[in-house]
Amino acid sequence: MAKVTIDGQTIEVADGTTILQAARMIGPEVAPPTMCYYSKLKTSGGYCRTCLVEVSKGSEKDPRPMPKLVASCRTTIMDGMEVKNMTSDKVIDARKGVVEFLLLNHPLDCPVCDQAGECQLQDLGYEHGSAKTRTDFERRTFDKIDIGNKIQLHMTRCILCYRCVKTAEQITDGRVHGVLNRGDASEISTYIEQAIDNDFSGNVIDVCPVGALTDKTFRFKSRVWFTKPVDAHRDCDKCSGKTVVWYKGEDVLRVTGRKDQWGEVEEFICNTCRFDKKKTSDWTIEGPRAISHQSVISANHYTKMVKPRELTLNNIKTIALTEGENK
Amino acid sequence: MSKKILLEHIDVPGIETLAVYREKGGYASVEKALKTMTPDAIVEEVKKSGLRGRGGAGFPTGMKWSFLAKPEGVARYLVCNADESEPGTFKDRYLMEKIPHALIEGMITSSFALGANTSYIYVRGEYFYIIKILEKAIADAYAAGWLGKNILGTGYDLDLYVQAGAGAYICGEETALLESLEGKRGNPRIKPPFPAIAGLYGCPTVVNNVETIAAVVPIVNNGGDWYAGIGIGKSTGTKLISASGHINKPGVYEIEMGITVEDFIYSDEYCGGIKNGKKLKAVVAGGSSVPILPAEMILTTANGEKRLMSYESLADGGFATGTMLGSGGFIVMDETTSIVQNLHTFARFYHHESCGQCSPCREGTGWMEKILHKILDGHGTLEDVDLLWEIQRKIEGNTICPLGDAAAWPVASAIRHFRHEFEEYVKNPAAIKDVKHYHNMHKLATA
Repeated sequence: MAKVTIDGQTIEVADGTTILQAARMIGPEVAPPTMCYYSKLKTSGGYCRTCLVEVSKGSEKDPRPMPKLVASCRTTIMDGMEVKNMTSDKVIDARKGVVEFLLLNHPLDCPVCDQAGECQLQDLGYEHGSAKTRTDFERRTFDKIDIGNKIQLHMTRCILCYRCVKTAEQITDGRVHGVLNRGDASEISTYIEQAIDNDFSGNVIDVCPVGALTDKTFRFKSRVWFTKPVDAHRDCDKCSGKTVVWYKGEDVLRVTGRKDQWGEVEEFICNTCRFDKKKTSDWTIEGPRAISHQSVISANHYTKMVKPRELTLNNIKTIALTEGENK
Repeated sequence: MSKKILLEHIDVPGIETLAVYREKGGYASVEKALKTMTPDAIVEEVKKSGLRGRGGAGFPTGMKWSFLAKPEGVARYLVCNADESEPGTFKDRYLMEKIPHALIEGMITSSFALGANTSYIYVRGEYFYIIKILEKAIADAYAAGWLGKNILGTGYDLDLYVQAGAGAYICGEETALLESLEGKRGNPRIKPPFPAIAGLYGCPTVVNNVETIAAVVPIVNNGGDWYAGIGIGKSTGTKLISASGHINKPGVYEIEMGITVEDFIYSDEYCGGIKNGKKLKAVVAGGSSVPILPAEMILTTANGEKRLMSYESLADGGFATGTMLGSGGFIVMDETTSIVQNLHTFARFYHHESCGQCSPCREGTGWMEKILHKILDGHGTLEDVDLLWEIQRKIEGNTICPLGDAAAWPVASAIRHFRHEFEEYVKNPAAIKDVKHYHNMHKLATA
């Protein structure tokens, strides 16, 4: 066991825990944001640099601070370590820089992006970014490639978090996509256009923090905040069958995995559940999905929705008349 | 103060062959090490010698070796980093081309010291002719019994392989090199774990530069104390310097650490002064990534002493007034040089070579290049100069590997010491017309 203090809050955790995991145990107020780390995927993290934190005290044995900011997702804690996240000006400044870098070539096409409303980059930009852009250079574009009839790839939106690569590597039988090219020309692609198609390939949609990989069966059907998520399950021979089914009126528009408070799926689901079961009769409905009240999705969440007070034309008229008469 | 150790026999005809190399005392260190020394004793000698990594970082080699984990039943590897790609650096190429056996001998002795039975030389792909030279040298060494099973009847086995890179600067970063050697995409790994614990194929690995490994040979032959007596302070021994730019005698020079920078630039033994009698403007002392220094700062330190060619003296004053010895890529610029244009060339290089794994480097390097391009195109503003400074500040220290720092430092130092030049370009775009290189390049790019 080791003691670690993050933003003044102390917790005792098992040896080998990372700073990020410890911070998440304390709570969202001290947990650094993540764009590439995914607790369900091995070796994920370290790339996006949004979770950089300052280690102001290395450990009880060696109290020297670490010279550079460290990626909290890949740094294990030492006993007596003291970490500054939101209490460090250096961290806030560096994170602002990272957001700027991530948005530098991002198309900002949120108005037509299916991910809008549940996009981690939107949240990150809102919470840690700057409201002003300092670049007027043309943004990077890529040749469009088709990766099959279920998944849509928008490379321009990609932030190269490698989550989908690791998902394909660790969850599915065969990875057919990866990162091609180098530097800012790197792109997620299949070598000589191939469809990404196997039983669990749809999970790349859920792990994608932005709108680079979206569900073709849901494409342009609705803004996410107009849909209502419910927990549902079915007997599935491939996966747990535990999903979230997104309704608009009576129609099932899409099916996704169940995401926790960190935006990570609880369990990966199979393509049959995700793409082929789009009828209410396919599912056993458990009840409304709890959505963070900060999420734009909860704005239309029906458990919170209050039926509007009926205002008839007559009512309004009466008030207006009364006021008028008083004059 | 000429002192040649590595290049002592460079002018001997046929020194690239095993026979001549043997005549000149080659492979003596292997005999001495394998027959009379224990591996730990060799590590001890290297520690005593004060030898520091010649690839650029200058980390003490003996200490690096002693960090190597030695779990039972797990293979250990020695990997030679011959992926010499830092602009301005060409010393390893020279050494491998002229005296390939010096590297092979160093590899055998060092592998024995580290307990490695398989070792690799990772050569950058552009050096394909050197790969042939090395393969020939290795084949000869096998034939003569210096490599293979039961070397010199001591029971020590060693296999040595040459692996070609495919032309990526990033593969000179040690963990990216290991990834590439394993046949994967050359992306730097996230550390820890360090290669000394989990390197090639997850086994403990030491990665050393060509010059470092070659320097092990004289250290084993003559002892660590002898080597430590050469040089100055903690900068022991000799260093190969790749001198280029506006000098009369560009080339690779072996210097004893501690000669003055002034001596190195102006003496006939080394660079032979500035070409065409022009004035010295600036020097990049250790390969493109180290901070550029104006003439007065490279010749004297902040407290008025003469600056020496050593790790400490070049770094004197931190980045405010100092720089780094780095890999020894000594680029001299005369008064006609445009610092902004030079910086643009460097920025273009780092943009091209960023692996794209982590966001500050992937996006920042391209952004800096675009801004410099804008300034050179005559459309820059004063805010752009400030923005450049801001971007480099946000990259430095926040990336997975040192490429981010390497891309940030030249920008930072150019603005720190030559801000007036940027401002002049911004205020008076006509001045850029005199920069003929840029225009030629621009023509090429748009043709």
